[in-house]
Amino acid sequence: MSKSLFDKVWDSHVVRKIEDGPDVLYIDRHLIHEVTSPVAFVGLKSRGLTVLYPKRTFAVADHNTPTINQHLPVEDPLSANQLKTLENNANEYGISHWGLGHQNNGIVHVVGPENGITLPGATIVCGDSHTSTHGAFGAIAFGIGTSEVEMVLTTQCIMQPKPKKMRININGPLSKGVTPKDVGLYIISQLTTSGATGYFVEYAGDVFENMSMEGRMTVCNLSIEMGARGGMIAPDEKTFEYIKGRPMTPKGADWDKAMAYWETLKTDEGVVFDKEYTFDASDIEPMITYGTNPGMGMGISKNIPSAESVEGGKATYDKSLAYMGYAEDEQMIGKKIDYVFIGSCTNGRIEDFRAFASIVKGRKKADNVTAWLVPGSHIVEAKIKEEGLLDIFEEAGFVLREPGCSACLAMNDDKVPAGKYAVSTSNRNFEGRQGPGSRTLLASPLVAAAAAVTGVVTDPRELL
Amino acid sequence: MAYDKFTKLTSTAVPLPIENVDTDQIIPARFLKATTRDGFGDNLFRDWRYNGDDTPKEDFVLNNPIYSGKILVGGKNFGSGSSREHAAWAVYDYGFRCVVSSFFADIFKNNCLNIGVLPVQISPEFLNEIFEAVYEDPKTELVIDLEAQTITLPSSGTQESFDINGYKKGNMLNGFDDIDYLQSMKSEIESFTETRPF
Repeated sequence: MSKSLFDKVWDSHVVRKIEDGPDVLYIDRHLIHEVTSPVAFVGLKSRGLTVLYPKRTFAVADHNTPTINQHLPVEDPLSANQLKTLENNANEYGISHWGLGHQNNGIVHVVGPENGITLPGATIVCGDSHTSTHGAFGAIAFGIGTSEVEMVLTTQCIMQPKPKKMRININGPLSKGVTPKDVGLYIISQLTTSGATGYFVEYAGDVFENMSMEGRMTVCNLSIEMGARGGMIAPDEKTFEYIKGRPMTPKGADWDKAMAYWETLKTDEGVVFDKEYTFDASDIEPMITYGTNPGMGMGISKNIPSAESVEGGKATYDKSLAYMGYAEDEQMIGKKIDYVFIGSCTNGRIEDFRAFASIVKGRKKADNVTAWLVPGSHIVEAKIKEEGLLDIFEEAGFVLREPGCSACLAMNDDKVPAGKYAVSTSNRNFEGRQGPGSRTLLASPLVAAAAAVTGVVTDPRELL
Repeated sequence: MAYDKFTKLTSTAVPLPIENVDTDQIIPARFLKATTRDGFGDNLFRDWRYNGDDTPKEDFVLNNPIYSGKILVGGKNFGSGSSREHAAWAVYDYGFRCVVSSFFADIFKNNCLNIGVLPVQISPEFLNEIFEAVYEDPKTELVIDLEAQTITLPSSGTQESFDINGYKKGNMLNGFDDIDYLQSMKSEIESFTETRPF
């Protein structure tokens, strides 16, 4: 019987099917961080349970970590307590722990792939919605709640109804200045923030085949922003090349055995999806958001659309634009901005910093802009230095910070002040996401760079 | 964590007719620094509910004493965004036992079911009818019967059935959770582990 990539991976992980109930799904890799795991450990203790397979769980500190002076004690006592709790729980249960200061530390969705924790055909969960990132490798990866973190810790399984299948095809060459982030934001603008709820998405077509692994991670990362449980891309030579030799990938005979399996991970001919969309790559231009959810995005050269053309109802639309301080039909180009953030699990990888550097090289940071350049991991940070990108940034007046989630969600010190505008390469522009009252414009690293050197929203194609 | 049983609920409702209410609004990230699950209700909808100086915003529904009850009625695509279970804890801790909407985001819905808050998905038309009825008379009650899988607006007699999978329904009716179930199949899980290639 012909099967989709998603079916192949899901079905091979079902331990038990429950009639009129969820599947009991086996989890190969469980990532935990300091924010959504402490209560799960409290639950384990109160029930007298233990961690079934500590070697399949990986603890990484990222949400609460500062991005400067990481060698000093964390100042915020609540953050410090959460980080310490993660460390203590990891030690108590024999879970590996990459805390602040560890050479492998960084954002959990950046360090997982870098270190070979993420593998094709695996099931991967984490108490973080952007776990969908790992789907770039042909894994089924999705975010879970804390009760589910507790479940996976103690049984290595989760109970989930199988999502429906969606395929999104995009073919053709991408235009100048169009990055994987633009592809992701374009898809969300077409489907809306709830357009893929209940589905697991497979991305197919030459746009994704031609994308780097970093780019595929960016697209899969954004899957959750259209409501999907996750997104995935069939593994290919590029995938195998990326993971080969990483610290935690299989080696020798184990590698050969795994490869034999991984090469079967593609959607068979003739599979019918529950829903299928096809877009043309030439319709995508550099994107920017103007509202307070990631679906409220548009090509950067366009004007803010009217309430009637936007999903969500007029009251929601008006509330959103009032929050942003924008009006219907205004153009975004030329709007003044105050902050620029490059980083997060969406755009904190080396390719993103290369893109940022391609525009700031030989230019100067605008005086009115505060810029936060935050690598996704120490490994990315090291590459930025090795490749000479740091010199480019410093000559242009930028400073590189230390890895972490940073201004993506403002749990740490990197908060955009109330009323200020931030062009952000992260994934969410919800009200107050980057700090109470902050206003976020989601965009690619190229758009962020163009804004950082001009001080206003600028079409990056003019600077390339 | 096992929770209170849910069978039948008759209550007034709190209306929040906004679409795409994301979990960052339900509980902003800066309040996620706790290491226990209690007390999140105080910060439910923090930035919609309070000004920067912690004074209540008078026009926000939770600050309007005429609306109260154990049922929160929200707009389409309720609970989108972050997977933080803290959002469901905040809803529960504030005193809601049921959220009604015409559409829920997946992870939020799962989180609710896992902690004993019942998400009830109804048609957009019925949702509008409820909003109108509650605005007309804040003492309007809703009746949610989990056993029968129905939600009723007694003032008009409108009733709809809602979906919930049989397993989750059983859990809600009995106050069980998934861990209780998974613990009972541990040896099956251990055998399965041995077949995994990596």
